Amino acid sequence: MAVLLIAEHNNKELRPFTLNAATAASLIDADVHAVIIGQNSETAAKKLSELPLIKKVISIEAPHYENFTAENFAPAIVKLAGNYSHIVCSANTFGKNLMPRIAAHLDTSQVSDIIKVISPDTFLRPIYAGNAFATVKTNDAKKCITIRPTSFEPCESSGGTATIEKGEAGEEFSNTKFIKREEIKSDRPELGTARIVVSGGRGMQSGDNFKLITEVADKLGAAIGASRAAVDAGYISNDHQVGQTGKVVVPDLYIAIGISGAIQHLAGMKESKVIVAINKDGEAPIFSVADYGLEADLFEALPQFMAELNKLNTIQK
Amino acid sequence: MKILVAVKRVIDYNVQIRVKEDGSGVVTDNVKMSTNPPDDNAIEEAVKIKEAGKATEIVAITVGEEKAQETVRKALAVGADKGIHVKTEGALEPLAVSKIIQKIVEKEKPDLVFMGKQAIDDDCNQTGQMLSALLNWPQATFASNIEIKDNFLEVTREIDEGLETIQVNIPAIVTCDLRLNEPRYASLPNIMKAKKKPIEEINVSDLGIDIKPRIEQLKVEEPPKRKAGIKVANVAELVQKLKNEAKVI
Repeated sequence: MAVLLIAEHNNKELRPFTLNAATAASLIDADVHAVIIGQNSETAAKKLSELPLIKKVISIEAPHYENFTAENFAPAIVKLAGNYSHIVCSANTFGKNLMPRIAAHLDTSQVSDIIKVISPDTFLRPIYAGNAFATVKTNDAKKCITIRPTSFEPCESSGGTATIEKGEAGEEFSNTKFIKREEIKSDRPELGTARIVVSGGRGMQSGDNFKLITEVADKLGAAIGASRAAVDAGYISNDHQVGQTGKVVVPDLYIAIGISGAIQHLAGMKESKVIVAINKDGEAPIFSVADYGLEADLFEALPQFMAELNKLNTIQK
Repeated sequence: MKILVAVKRVIDYNVQIRVKEDGSGVVTDNVKMSTNPPDDNAIEEAVKIKEAGKATEIVAITVGEEKAQETVRKALAVGADKGIHVKTEGALEPLAVSKIIQKIVEKEKPDLVFMGKQAIDDDCNQTGQMLSALLNWPQATFASNIEIKDNFLEVTREIDEGLETIQVNIPAIVTCDLRLNEPRYASLPNIMKAKKKPIEEINVSDLGIDIKPRIEQLKVEEPPKRKAGIKVANVAELVQKLKNEAKVI
């Protein structure tokens, strides 16, 4: 039976990690259908039909789907589930909120945040903040899976010509109402997909000092990350948090500044290709995962870092 | 208003875990165990709501082996009124835990159920959502702020793009983010008082539900190790290495 991928979108565009989830879905079974639920999401549905991996798109529209409420989405997907062996979605806040609700309705034990497809019923997933990898085999007839997007390459986004079929909307769940969303707008690359991430921790000492990081990030075309300590201290907003309870990033270059490297932070960045640590404590655990470590006071090192970057005649972006 | 708070006993968040050599799991013998951190946020929030005069009773529940009762005792020391320990053996999946809590909800009839957004051992992030589906109650996941109104809550949720506020009518499930509050420490007198508070013990077999695991854990292994890096002497050397050796800038 085919795999059903739940597309993540903002009613205008697909969210980028839908492409990574599509890759993972295709590794389970080549017959991938995608469902997109929203309001006025035709453009996003069209984009979805252009992913060559997708064989069919099911588009379900209704005003009560505008804000992605799990209580509304889950019954609509459960209704489709009969035709599918697997239901998959990205393991970000959208999928984490939604998928367990679907799984419980189907009486299925969900497999969360997989990083590898070993066979259609066997998957690899990190546990204990990524300090162990578990190989798990699910024996449920219908399998509900969420995918760690950074562990799969995004699929091709054009060239496909899947048919778009209208699906039937379900009733509105009246006990949950959307009030408002405060999205943080930024011209910088998105943290989850950036090629370079520059992150600050408690060592930054204040929100104002984060401008030292902003400068470096702007110079490198990088996204800005943070440890939980920096977010909790109010230096920067929570959507920048990298770690077990924040975002997982796998950039080419991760620069950790004033971050000690607690287990919970490492869980979000230790798969990065190259890790740099700048910290004045030579014993900080971050040095045990850093490819290049600089033991120095960040308030001296960061201005020097900017000066050295300015000397380079080219910077890859 | 009555609040049920679910707490889990896990390996302490500061422990560097060790994988068993036979690949059967993680070493838990003689390892420091504690309450799952976001569950501490859940119990703290319930106690604050009671202190504000908006809740009358807090019931703390845990599901697990004998020693799991410690987490209930801690919740009582922080301010819960009564404890429930559903005794089970062996591994439990979130679906099973949510079915167990569903039974307790039907018996205790709370207005709200609070729990952490995920356990730091299995990292599933499922139980609250599953319970909410089973009860057909609204769910407010990843909560970082909760405002209690007459018959509903206004909850601010941490989402990837920033923050979102939703209204959920009571009864509802809330899963708590670490940012919701600062959990208090239990004082010694309160720990002593908690010893006198009641904990009801329930055998899972008396609940009449199927909790058999559906997922087999075939193997647990250590993740690939990163090879040791080098320390550079100064910023100039760092930039040169990034440019010419790693070729990432």
